[in-house]
Amino acid sequence: MKVESRTPDPTWRDTLAEITSSGSALGIGALILALLAGSLMIAFTNAGVRTAASYFFARPGDTFAALGRAMVGAYSQLLRGSIFNWQATTFTGQITPLMNTLANAAPLIVAGLGVALAFKAGLFNIGGRGQMIMGAIASGWLAIALTNRAPLWVSLPLCVIAGAAAGALWGALAGWLKAAMGAHEVISTIMLNFVAFYLLQFLLGTRGLLQRPGTSNPITLPTAGSAFPHLFGSTFPVRWSLILAFAMVAYCWWLLNRSVLGFHFRAVGENARAARVAGINVARNTIGVMALSGALCGLAGVFQVLGVILTGFTDGIDAGIGFDAITVALLGAASPIGVLLAGLLFGAFKAGGGNMQAGEGIPIEIVTVIQSLIVLFIAAPPLVRKVFHFPDPRKVANARLERQAAGLSASQGGTGLDLMPGVPQPPEVFLAPVSPLQEGASHIIDQIGDN
Amino acid sequence: MRLELRNITKRFGALVANDHINLTVNPGEIHCLLGENGAGKSTLMNVLYGLYQPDEGEILLDGKVVHFRGPGDAMAAGIGMVHQHFMLVPPFSVAENVALGNEKTKAGIFDIRWTRKRVKELSKQFGFHLDPNANVEDLPVGVQQQVEIVKALARNADIIIFDEPTAVLTPQETNELMAIMRKLKAEGKGIVFITHKLREVREVADRITVIRHGKIVGQASPTATDSELAAAMVGRAVQLQVEKQPANHKDNALVVKDLIIPNSLGQAVVDKVSFTVQGGEVLAIAGVQGNGQTELAEALLGLQPKATGSIKLDGRELIGRSPRQFLDAGVGFVPEDRNADGLIGNFTIAENLMLNRGNEKPFVKRGGLHLGYRDDFAAAKVKEFDVRTQGIRNKVANLSGGNAQKLIIARELSKPLRLFVAAQPTRGVDVGSIEFIHKRIVETRDAGIPVVVISTELDEVAALADRVMVMYRGGVVGIVPADTPREVLGLMMAGISPEKAADAVGQMMGAQR
Amino acid sequence: MSIYLASITDPPELDLSAAEEPIELRVIARRDYKAPLVMAALTALLMILLLANPRGGETRFGVTTGNDLLRNVPVLTPNAMTLGWIAIAIMVFLTALAFWFSYTYKRQWLWIIGLFALAAMSTFLAWAGAGAAGTINLVPLIGNALLLAIPLVFGALGGVIGERAGVVNIAIEAELLMAAFTATVVGSVTRSPVLGLLAAAIAGLMVAAILAVFAINYRVEQVIVGVVLNVLITGVTTFLFNGWLQPNAMTLNNTLAVRFSQVPIPFLSQIPLIGPALFNQNILVYLMIFAVAAVWFALNRTRWGLRLRAVGEHPKAADTVGIRVNRTRWIALLIAGAIVGIGGASYTLVANGAFNREMTNGFGYIALAAVIFGNWDPIRAAFAALLFGFAISLQTVLSIIGSPVPSSFMLMLPYMVTLLAVAGLVGKSRAPAASGTAYVVEDH
Repeated sequence: MKVESRTPDPTWRDTLAEITSSGSALGIGALILALLAGSLMIAFTNAGVRTAASYFFARPGDTFAALGRAMVGAYSQLLRGSIFNWQATTFTGQITPLMNTLANAAPLIVAGLGVALAFKAGLFNIGGRGQMIMGAIASGWLAIALTNRAPLWVSLPLCVIAGAAAGALWGALAGWLKAAMGAHEVISTIMLNFVAFYLLQFLLGTRGLLQRPGTSNPITLPTAGSAFPHLFGSTFPVRWSLILAFAMVAYCWWLLNRSVLGFHFRAVGENARAARVAGINVARNTIGVMALSGALCGLAGVFQVLGVILTGFTDGIDAGIGFDAITVALLGAASPIGVLLAGLLFGAFKAGGGNMQAGEGIPIEIVTVIQSLIVLFIAAPPLVRKVFHFPDPRKVANARLERQAAGLSASQGGTGLDLMPGVPQPPEVFLAPVSPLQEGASHIIDQIGDN
Repeated sequence: MRLELRNITKRFGALVANDHINLTVNPGEIHCLLGENGAGKSTLMNVLYGLYQPDEGEILLDGKVVHFRGPGDAMAAGIGMVHQHFMLVPPFSVAENVALGNEKTKAGIFDIRWTRKRVKELSKQFGFHLDPNANVEDLPVGVQQQVEIVKALARNADIIIFDEPTAVLTPQETNELMAIMRKLKAEGKGIVFITHKLREVREVADRITVIRHGKIVGQASPTATDSELAAAMVGRAVQLQVEKQPANHKDNALVVKDLIIPNSLGQAVVDKVSFTVQGGEVLAIAGVQGNGQTELAEALLGLQPKATGSIKLDGRELIGRSPRQFLDAGVGFVPEDRNADGLIGNFTIAENLMLNRGNEKPFVKRGGLHLGYRDDFAAAKVKEFDVRTQGIRNKVANLSGGNAQKLIIARELSKPLRLFVAAQPTRGVDVGSIEFIHKRIVETRDAGIPVVVISTELDEVAALADRVMVMYRGGVVGIVPADTPREVLGLMMAGISPEKAADAVGQMMGAQR
Repeated sequence: MSIYLASITDPPELDLSAAEEPIELRVIARRDYKAPLVMAALTALLMILLLANPRGGETRFGVTTGNDLLRNVPVLTPNAMTLGWIAIAIMVFLTALAFWFSYTYKRQWLWIIGLFALAAMSTFLAWAGAGAAGTINLVPLIGNALLLAIPLVFGALGGVIGERAGVVNIAIEAELLMAAFTATVVGSVTRSPVLGLLAAAIAGLMVAAILAVFAINYRVEQVIVGVVLNVLITGVTTFLFNGWLQPNAMTLNNTLAVRFSQVPIPFLSQIPLIGPALFNQNILVYLMIFAVAAVWFALNRTRWGLRLRAVGEHPKAADTVGIRVNRTRWIALLIAGAIVGIGGASYTLVANGAFNREMTNGFGYIALAAVIFGNWDPIRAAFAALLFGFAISLQTVLSIIGSPVPSSFMLMLPYMVTLLAVAGLVGKSRAPAASGTAYVVEDH
């Protein structure tokens, strides 16, 4: 039988090209690349692989076999630790990993929302760690003070509000330093991280403050008295903080897409000069968005203190979430829904990574590495496209345009029409300000606007 | 050196910017390339200069095909370019700018002395007064342009491209430039002069090529009339004047008194400026770019918080208020740089149309944005102001210059107005849109609203103004009637008082007779 | 749009030479009192400290380590409060001077701020050391400041080069960390500090190459790439530290005996006070002083520097004269990365004998602050970095003699100083115009 060679009809080809060039394919491509790089690192530290590699030229097969064992071991631990444990005998045991993932995701989501919100207003808040710590200090302190003194329905909301307020204050401080003094937020938020950290260290190391009475260890009293209640029963670590996180996703979506405040935040973020001409107070919005961003990060601190670590916390309470939040926000393209999904993914990584460390002795930092690699790859679509031979969306769009143009009568052209209809772009948070001319160059240090 | 372009075609996606263009430039000739904004002149020159690669066609120098992979190749081949936006590094000295990319070095160390000497030699030869040690950012634009020319000459360019060189010059500076071009021509250089200004074309061109929508539509001789050239350029008969009734004055509406605006260095860029604009009249503020008009316009929306003095609108003092309060007082404002200040490129048309009305009632309902109203409003305005787009959900970044400007005009004119300020309302806009925008500005005036138009184009000033205020170095040179001869306005733009300017022009006319 | 009809006449010939002069406008500046106000606030704060919590006794200052011309000078024991108030008087004077400069529209000179910082530290030293048994020895105080400033100075130099070429380098932190890590491994394995140093430079260069790929070729927002790179490298080094170095600490993470030793320079090291601090140091300190001068010279006197600065100020202008913008930026970033890498080596080849996780502790960001504080000039940025180094050194010395301030607050000091520097004390500064923006080569 002859196989007829047939060119697919143009619209179908366009559609396929657009799917492979769209965001989701890109995301999966980036994920695969990052996991591959992670595998290399796992192989590097795996004792079996290293031993086999030492006589690679004698018996290369051994190396590959060891490599395969290491990979299968590592990634099956990752899956069993994060989604479904097929080796467990009970249903509870089987879904515990999923529950761990959800529990991990709650603080990641709110902190990610905080960073994303700042992104939308054109600000890069890397002060999540400090804001979390301040939130943890405030809510932890209050929780300890209220233990056995107030019912949960009084103490929990108070602790949540106190934590968010402390985070807001820390964020607003960076916002004010930017708006009034011209200090770039990247530097000031990093410095505030350290200040908050050493402040916590001081409180933990000083008798009569946060230090647990009767010890000289830098640890607080338990905060369980005001903790979030369990969501699915006490066998699972998921608490009501997860619901609060979901509520925050909804709130942020509404804020950014339906509210005047969010409209103004976005306007300031996209083009502060035009926003100013439109009567929007840039300084006030800068401080405001940093306060909100800080409040959300502070909430992540609250989630840690009242949802994860209830037996008393130390100066490691932030657990790296403040920085993970940056990658969460970037991977989620700074949109609330995206942050939700990215938070769940990274929550799974964290749960699975813990399992990998326990089971295979792979340091948990592999998760940080994979996360940041995903973000880097997502930020550079041409790189991922090159690796996977995806078509370029611009070319796809242009090809379609040219076909349309050829179909249309020439009289349609002219100066009046749009030059280029919307072409899919990488998530816009990543795109550098591109200015062939120097005008409007936004600079990391827009020290002191003249106004 | 003889330059020939053969069948040059350049496409950007579906857009054909240059469509099989043929062009020759002979030594000792000024060849004018005439066309509207966006006709494809600059694209063609960027192809010639190696900044773009042509999709089809070839470039020949003295009959030999050449390929330029970058501007470096073009320069090495003897092509120089004086760019519309000067390609000078502002904090560098004149000598450093001239040397850049073509430095003489001794053991890797940059020999600045040699370059200084060279700058002095070339200045002497062509009659410039350039100080090689001066920083470029401190020089007036006319002198900066001379640096650009010297830059080309220092590389022994035989063909020099002038891309819209007069856009930033006073009429007097323009005349000087024409003289320089003639001198270069006399030295045997071939010159390509790109412009859309008919007056200049006819003054210096040996040959004229008219380009429209990326195609050559014909050659013209320097003796052709303005209307002929304009029609060739635009492709149809152009209505060259806005129909306008005499002004119907109302009470003093805008009163500005002793306005002083400092810049970041603490210099007074606007220095004790006072004027009034009555309801129903257009006050045009003329002057060469950079003489304080931009800052003055911004102050009329509260964008210059350090401004002192008095800005009264309908008797209400507004100085020191925020832009929001100016907007609430009824100021409509078209900023000079529409992409930086007027629009948010990544926002949709609908969002941009409500940008400064985010707090107003119909746009906000129960604490949230009223998206239905927003979209209806946008659809209506897009239709009313003839904004050509595929939909109100389209991003503004995709609009052409003319449509983007119409969008801003639509936003600013569709609210209750007490004052309308338009800075460079037709810069970089196609002729069709210019006619439309001018009509709407005159309509606004006729509705009894005071209008301030800031423009560097004397033609636009002549078309719209009831009175003309000329600014020079932050001060007001004079406020004169609209029918003041443009020669007088030109002299005023160089800082000469109206009386002296009128005298000088009178003498000139007398001498000619 | 000159399509309107108008008559053409020959223009009148007038002398318009006035229009050729540089534009001079009347100066009516408002005065900027930010710096003096911050200085006044600090002065008041220290005054309150001295008034509310006066500490009697003497503060013991040593001025020699025994090898220089001052070796016979005894420990100085001024009365703490007297010294404190003298230093405060100096601060008051400097603040007044700063107010006067602001009043007369002059710019605030860096040396006023530097002197002020010195006086403020003296006040604090006098107060903190009052009555303590230990001696505050100024020689190691200054010497340590220099040592601690090594990563900051090299980091700042790298930052200056990058930004002058138009690329913001937030990844200084990552470059330092990766370099420290690599220096340890190579130094431990080869037992050669020089090879360790070379490897560190290469490591810094490699991180810079990643930054360049994403920031220049893929035009990803530079600040984002930088921060993500910092997270990535923190992850990579910690991962390798836990999974590889820790289990093999003796062979892979042991540079204690490999470190650069002190090489006193004859005669110069005999100079009182600064001699032993400055000229009895290890090679890296001398290399640092040389690097500052070399970078300044390269940026300001060579063709490479001219082109690099052009690319950072106005890339399109550079492009139109045939300079390849992105290539220039690539090379600049790689060189900067190597320089930062040398600074990173100091962590393991000078200061500590081993690598530890996240040992750079945000110093990359402090280096970046030094770049701003130093107004993008290599020499001034280096001095700014030294100032931060001094703050850190102070903290070490005070924690040794036992100061009344809780150690956590002392540890905060460098970060607080940085915060103050970027927020309050930076005057009008001008960044390279195109720094932070990607350049699109349109076609060729």
